[in-house]
Amino acid sequence: MDLNAARFKRAPLGVRLAKDWRLNRLAYIMALPVAAYFITFCYLPMYGVAIAFKKYSPIKGIMGSAWVGLKYFREFTGGYFFWRTIRNTFLLGVFDIVWAFPAAIAFALLVNEMKFARLKKTIQTITYLPYFVSSVVIAGVILAFCAPNGLAGIYFNLLGQTPRSFLGDARYFRSVYVISNIWQYMGFNSIIYLAALAGIDQELYDAAVIDGAGRWRRLLNISLPGIAPTIAILFIMRLGSTLNVGSEKILLIYNAGIYETSDVIATFTYRKGLLENNFGYSTAVGLLNSLVNFVILYAANALSRRVSEVSLW
Amino acid sequence: MVKEGIGVRRGRVKPMDRLTPADFVIAGILLLIAFLCLTPIWHVAAASFSQPAQIEQTVGVIWRPKSPTLRGYELVFRNPLLASGYMNTIIYVAGSTALGLLLTLLGGYLSSRRNAIFAKPFTFMVTFTMFFSGGLIPFYLVVNGLGWVNTRWALIIPGCLSAYNLIVMRTALKGVPGSMEESARIDGAGDFTVLFRILVPLCAPVFAVLGMYYAVGAWNSWFNAMIFLQKRPLFPLQLILREILVSNEVNSMISGLHGDTDIYRPLVKYCAIVVATAPILAVYPFIQRYFIKGVMVGAIKG
Repeated sequence: MDLNAARFKRAPLGVRLAKDWRLNRLAYIMALPVAAYFITFCYLPMYGVAIAFKKYSPIKGIMGSAWVGLKYFREFTGGYFFWRTIRNTFLLGVFDIVWAFPAAIAFALLVNEMKFARLKKTIQTITYLPYFVSSVVIAGVILAFCAPNGLAGIYFNLLGQTPRSFLGDARYFRSVYVISNIWQYMGFNSIIYLAALAGIDQELYDAAVIDGAGRWRRLLNISLPGIAPTIAILFIMRLGSTLNVGSEKILLIYNAGIYETSDVIATFTYRKGLLENNFGYSTAVGLLNSLVNFVILYAANALSRRVSEVSLW
Repeated sequence: MVKEGIGVRRGRVKPMDRLTPADFVIAGILLLIAFLCLTPIWHVAAASFSQPAQIEQTVGVIWRPKSPTLRGYELVFRNPLLASGYMNTIIYVAGSTALGLLLTLLGGYLSSRRNAIFAKPFTFMVTFTMFFSGGLIPFYLVVNGLGWVNTRWALIIPGCLSAYNLIVMRTALKGVPGSMEESARIDGAGDFTVLFRILVPLCAPVFAVLGMYYAVGAWNSWFNAMIFLQKRPLFPLQLILREILVSNEVNSMISGLHGDTDIYRPLVKYCAIVVATAPILAVYPFIQRYFIKGVMVGAIKG
């Protein structure tokens, strides 16, 4: 086998390719549609990013349209919407990391400490449930709860104010967004931590008990360190997508009255591009977004590699 | 996780297994969380059987419908758009899941070939798309260029394949011992036989998991439908639902309401939610464990 491999390596490229074709012809042919898919729906759009630098005209196509250089980038960065969308995207992402990310960990630790097995299973089933409900329905429920006769009504009645909608006031949007995110994802996101917790050697706990460690000690000194690598990896991945806020949900629940806190980059590109047909401008904004995203991911990964030797690549 | 060991067989209660007050506190907190999670769902279900007046007047959560009514469901089931939405969604889910699974398998197969020269470049080509994308408008223009805007193809083909799932498939295929394949090849099996008769059955659990992910994703998706479709008869359920639930300018054609039945609008909203979500909730207990497995499969992607 080794001898074979060595001979294989030394053979000229043509021979190697011929042999490869003979051996793996069918695998290649079967993968052709897959390659076609990625080229069409991922790489062609990447090439299409060129329209961010062009005055796009549907008739002339991407190639034929005239170059405008960085016009759209300057227009966006110099305009009113730049800071508003950047700030909203960034803050929603950061608040989500600050609240929703630890919530899943805390929840997993709690479930792990739960002793009533049957009840535990039921609770897990219930808390995973919202993850499977479509975002349209989730939005419908959020709208109902934020309406003046929903939870918003109770809240304002308690404050002694006239009931109004949470979504009619820009101040409440971020809370609505983050709390509903926790509701949707906390249970499901805890699964991976629960798996990591289940992988911790039981003998560590037994030994700790013998040493007189209480529940809290065991949690801090065994459970948490045990899932720390998992937390680190997920945290990097989460940081890398800080700016990928749940724009589909926002698109469904926001309204023009609260753009001040709810309009994010993705919703802005959607409105500019597909509602106002400003293709070049919208693409430029989207491109800027993915560049910033990649820089954050890269930085988070580099930081983590330096601090904890855990990294994505 | 229980290991065969002396400590386990001895059968005495370890200090850790004794119930303490803290256990009841933990159970209490978790019950409260589960209760909060369930409340919105309960509210929707209860409201869908309530009288319009009760929905109007209740501030907060509706726990129990007073004098229950099925009027809302009557109106919802009479709505022709909801029926066509259901049909369309079934077509889109079936089409994109089948195609997505097939492509995932075929791509994962090449990607997992150890001796294929182009397996690595191919895998790179796939993973690269997870980190960079052209964005919304260029994607739209490609689909538009194919002439698929306002056709069913726009919801079946673009987005049916996920690079992430392909990599998961690749990991699973690579996990099959090479000896299995070798012995099949000695018996004269070709690529097709190896893939469909040996690898697919061996990776059936992963296949099921990915299929679930594709199907639930397709069932719940609405954004692509919104940007690619303008004709209502082609709308999937979620888009119809969006018009009923979210759009402020609910017109009578969408909601199926006319004139004096207008007071039923909030009721119809709740009933529409129930009708659209019931299938997912009905299968949820059965597919839940596959999803949990899916999280693990993704975690070992590496």
